[in-house]
Amino acid sequence: MLKTLSLAALVLTIFPSLLYVTGVLTLDTVKWIALVGTLVWFAATPLWMGRTLEPDADQVKI
Amino acid sequence: MAEEQSNNKGEFEREPVPDSALKGPSKFWGMYAGEHAAGTEFMIGPLFLGAGASLQDLVLGLLLGNVLAVLTWRYLVTPIAMAKRMTLYYQLERIAGGSLTKFYNLINGLLFCFLAGAMVTVSASAVGIPFDITYTVPTETFGFGEMSFTILVVIVGVVMAVIAAAGYETVARVANVAAPWMIAIFAACGLISLGQMEVNSFSALTEGNFWNDAIAFVQEREGPQDFSFWQIVVFAWLCNGAMHFGMADLSIFRFARNASSGWAPAIGMFLGHYMAWIAAALLLAAQIKLSQDHTANPGALAWGALGWTGILCVVIAGWTTANPTIYRAGLAFQGILPKQSRVTMTLLAGAVATLAGAFPNLSAQLLGFVGTYGTVLGPMGAVIFVDYHLMKRFSLVDEYAVRTSSTCNLAVLIAWLLPVSVGLYLIFWQGVFAAFLVIPCWIACGILYLVLSKVTQQALPVTST
Repeated sequence: MLKTLSLAALVLTIFPSLLYVTGVLTLDTVKWIALVGTLVWFAATPLWMGRTLEPDADQVKI
Repeated sequence: MAEEQSNNKGEFEREPVPDSALKGPSKFWGMYAGEHAAGTEFMIGPLFLGAGASLQDLVLGLLLGNVLAVLTWRYLVTPIAMAKRMTLYYQLERIAGGSLTKFYNLINGLLFCFLAGAMVTVSASAVGIPFDITYTVPTETFGFGEMSFTILVVIVGVVMAVIAAAGYETVARVANVAAPWMIAIFAACGLISLGQMEVNSFSALTEGNFWNDAIAFVQEREGPQDFSFWQIVVFAWLCNGAMHFGMADLSIFRFARNASSGWAPAIGMFLGHYMAWIAAALLLAAQIKLSQDHTANPGALAWGALGWTGILCVVIAGWTTANPTIYRAGLAFQGILPKQSRVTMTLLAGAVATLAGAFPNLSAQLLGFVGTYGTVLGPMGAVIFVDYHLMKRFSLVDEYAVRTSSTCNLAVLIAWLLPVSVGLYLIFWQGVFAAFLVIPCWIACGILYLVLSKVTQQALPVTST
């Protein structure tokens, strides 16, 4: 359930931008939907992801 | 508490990873999927456009460069990692000696401070947007931006340093959670930028007029510049030179059960150093078309595409990159001054990073810095390569420092510093593109290490481990 919610949130952040390119949505609408997707992602995902740290958690990434 | 947590994580740091702790390929694909979509991507992408790279060169050059990077991870790093199953630092200590490894770590830490400084600049650029604080890049390398931006950099830098001093675990967990979302945001930013430039057909995309117009705009103001196909290839290949040629990722692949795990960096490369770089470059192209402004301000670029979500992405990307960077630099400083606490040293590293972040021109030179970073750190990987593959074939002793209880293997010191000094001279005094020097320095270091070992090992008594 939580994973599905996270997946839906991720779709909300990226799919509307496709609709913007094709002229279906306005940019303001895309921004609001992406913000909602972001809030849902950060509310749902920590509940099931990232319990254990990987061995490179303290490594520097470029 | 944070210190205790950090130490608990450092399992098998001074011993080979046992079979019971090995991981299958899927773990590595999952791990690398979130790698390399970091704050640096927001800076590097627009710099390609600013440097005058053509769209075709960028698309094909990044493709080839990233393939070469993945091959390097697979065939250079993974075999040694699986044979020895030790971290880079423990292997270096056994070959080069403890004191030399600490010195290498210090240099690493200092370079990390500049990288973290660029991330402080990136995050501050986003934090400043709601307060209408932006920055212009001064002409001098060590010139400050506007006073309001400098103050903001100090505030952001202090917050980052304090959080890093508390440990890396909390931020690493945020980075874990944020990684898939950040990748989606990068992709969304790229798509929206295309929409803003009215590139809504395949033919408009392949014609690339939107890109050519943006380059023409930049060059009209900054003068003609060229960033060739091979520069793109070599940069994409070697921007992570410290991780593959330099063998830093031995620490990751020592856990690999199968050699096929060595292909896993492909997912990080093609999401972060392909899609994300191109998407970030498109942000600048769109900004140029919409507002005739070619300032590569990551915060402003992301705000223009996705508003508050874009701002949040830049802040989190910068923060989650800067945090482990400052943390690792603090550890490196503590290695030199062991009587000082890790917290004090992390705050010192944070202060250096904040100072670096106050000079916006440093982050604008990230393409050169990343190449320099690989040129300085990469050659140590040649020492490990030669020690593993060639020492016994030439009747020499491998892991010489641990066998002779030496704290500084002179052969390694000279073999590392000599080519790196020449490389730095060519970069800073002769203007050679930094990434071009990673492989020559790596090869020179490996050859020198072999030759110097032949000379020095004859003079020293060898004891068993």
